[in-house]
Amino acid sequence: MKELVEFLARALVDHPEAVQVREIEDGETVIYEVRVEPDDMGKIIGKHGRIVRALRTVVKAAAVKDGRRVLVEVVQ
Amino acid sequence: MEWVVKTGSSVEAALQAALAELGIQRGEAEFEVVQEAQKGLFGFLGGQEAIVKVRPIPQTASFASDFVQEVTRQLGVTVDVETRRENGYVFCDVFGKNVGLLIGRRGQTLDALQYLVNVAGSRHCPGHERVILDVEGYRSRRKEALERLAARVADRVRNTGRRVRLEPMSPHERKVIHVALQQEKGITTFSEGEEPYRKVVIAPQD
Repeated sequence: MKELVEFLARALVDHPEAVQVREIEDGETVIYEVRVEPDDMGKIIGKHGRIVRALRTVVKAAAVKDGRRVLVEVVQ
Repeated sequence: MEWVVKTGSSVEAALQAALAELGIQRGEAEFEVVQEAQKGLFGFLGGQEAIVKVRPIPQTASFASDFVQEVTRQLGVTVDVETRRENGYVFCDVFGKNVGLLIGRRGQTLDALQYLVNVAGSRHCPGHERVILDVEGYRSRRKEALERLAARVADRVRNTGRRVRLEPMSPHERKVIHVALQQEKGITTFSEGEEPYRKVVIAPQD
């Protein structure tokens, strides 16, 4: 799952090498903290958060299979 | 895709060598000149060869296919991906078992995936063309279902004289309804509400 978040994040930014994903488990919930280059923030979030919303939708599809709740947060 | 680095007596010679190795035409490649050739003193002392690096331009179809293959692999489903170019679009059709999770509720996962492949493609695939993603014919089946729904509801509106508000739909799905009922007499269609809850209304026409 972490790999999926990394793959999608890297596909969207100009500096894929700078993408870092941290997996934080909190009971039934897993949080993925995505760190990107500051000038890539907009590229991964998109206008009105449209890109990150699509990313979350795809990652949630993966989570349904595992029966877990996932959150994807983009952090600076 | 990895760069192929070649040297030669001139940029052109190095480029040709790289294209030959990759087995592609000039128009299918992008390249950078790492170093220009320089003549040395008396034509032989201290001269240097040209160095170029070359790689194939990723084409939309293979980009989309690779993208989908990678995502589905991560989701643990095995799929076949077929691509075809038509009317300036690249249609990417995905087939496999247990692909329901790629579609999601009312196709929302499919729409998200299609959106992401287009955003990623437009950023990393030169000459990107719009990709229309489908899984096991979901989009065409959904389109037919929407058209049947539209015709049924239009009849009801004409018979009762009362407007009917459909369930929330994506812009693409709303368009299917509007187009399907464009020529219908006695009714009119429009959308109301805010995304993602925007709905088509079918109303009697006075």
